Amino acid sequence: MKTTIEPFWWSLFGAGGTLAALFIPITLIINGLAIPLGWLDAPAYENVLQLARHPLARTYLFLLISLSFYHWAHRFRFTLYDGLQLKHLNLLIAVICYGGATVGTIAAGYTLINL
Amino acid sequence: MSANPQHTPYHPRWYRASMPIFWWMRRWIHARFILRELTSIFVAGYALVYLLQLRALGLGPEAYARFLDLLRSPLSISLHGVSLVFVIYHSITWFNLAPRALALRIGDRRVPDKVIAGLNFVAWISISAALAWVTLKG
Amino acid sequence: MAVDSLAGNAAVVAGGEMVTLEVFRYRPEEETEPVYQAYEVPVHKDWVVLDALNHIKDHLDGTLSFRWSCRMGVCGSCGMMVNGDATLTCATFVESLLPGPIRVGPLENFPVVRDLIIEMNDFMEKLESVKPWIIRDEEKSLEDGAYLQTPAQLADFKQFSMCINCLLCYAACPVYGLEPSFTGPAVIALAQRYNLDSRDQGAGERNAILNTDEGIWQCTLVGECSVVCPKDVDPAAAIQRYKVSSTLQWYQKLLMPWSGK
Repeated sequence: MKTTIEPFWWSLFGAGGTLAALFIPITLIINGLAIPLGWLDAPAYENVLQLARHPLARTYLFLLISLSFYHWAHRFRFTLYDGLQLKHLNLLIAVICYGGATVGTIAAGYTLINL
Repeated sequence: MSANPQHTPYHPRWYRASMPIFWWMRRWIHARFILRELTSIFVAGYALVYLLQLRALGLGPEAYARFLDLLRSPLSISLHGVSLVFVIYHSITWFNLAPRALALRIGDRRVPDKVIAGLNFVAWISISAALAWVTLKG
Repeated sequence: MAVDSLAGNAAVVAGGEMVTLEVFRYRPEEETEPVYQAYEVPVHKDWVVLDALNHIKDHLDGTLSFRWSCRMGVCGSCGMMVNGDATLTCATFVESLLPGPIRVGPLENFPVVRDLIIEMNDFMEKLESVKPWIIRDEEKSLEDGAYLQTPAQLADFKQFSMCINCLLCYAACPVYGLEPSFTGPAVIALAQRYNLDSRDQGAGERNAILNTDEGIWQCTLVGECSVVCPKDVDPAAAIQRYKVSSTLQWYQKLLMPWSGK
């Protein structure tokens, strides 16, 4: 039987889509809008650092960021493939999308380990 | 396909329409589908901003303060505003489609689709409220 | 203007209101490109688009070709594009589309043989390829009796067995339009109908066709197949659930290669 790698990419896409759907809107509202606009006071640097260094927080942040990248990679690959009918560039698109997400994942791991 | 129709009784000449490149601009439902797929750009875009914020956090108090200044710029605020619309659209479409993938049953009875989607929305709102509360308290 | 034989019926809307039907014409012996031809049809309160087409065929233009049979949403023959939506013309009321004009075309994503008639061999071949029948490793002998099934086991697949092969889901699926090699909604739903049947043991054979890049993994969940389905089969759900179970199997095989499935 022909084997396919699609189940693997799809599972990352699905996990990333779920995490992003649950956590990103509120994170964006707080960090990207409420605090910069002064609706909320920015928490002290030391507190943020301490919180982010907690092993559970590091794991959460790593999964959220990395899986969000893979979620994008899978969806965007098919959007290019169908939306612009670029099926002849299938391999190149896949390498750029999943490769980009992998680079992002390594960067996230490196950043969080050295936090 | 030749320019002149060539027709024989037992070999009909079919007409094949091809999809235009921007097929998804012809119908609102298809445009909505492409918009749903494009939310992924904003999801990954915000994940990247969040990662950069963590990097600034790791570099020390001055770098972090500089990053917060950057977030206060009008450009950043407007980009975040646009992104917010898209990530919320992602959440709504994602939870509404969840029942398609999940066929849960309790005993002999299928859990209705509306309940599955509803539970997703409840989880979303609870998590958002909890994170907001932790931030406000901190 | 031909006199409508049904005009004596009480259902005629007062005032003799008319509506324009713009009908897709393709006559391969005459033209390379299709054209839309306009017909004026009387408005009747209880007429569906198929009635209007039959009115054209009977009274205005006998050369118009289209398929139909049961007129009651069971046979699946009269699917067409009405104002851009894939629909059964026997289940779409003219009155709901007033004031018109109403544009009627053949189902999208299929080659057109003539006028509103599409060529569906591609679908038939794909349907056959997934073996839509009950497969047993070993058939029971007649003396052993029938294969028993509980109502709960029936409920597992009943929804997917309601398909009438009307092909609306293929006409509504842009992925099939872009990628004709895609197995497509109805075939995957019908394969799932047998995979989920407690009497069937053929899931492995069907997996070879379905768990591929041309099968379920081509689908991007546009979701239109389930919207247009006149029988609430929900092919989109069939495909998504197949993706979930295939993914679980993929990880099982990865983590436990000895499990042998």
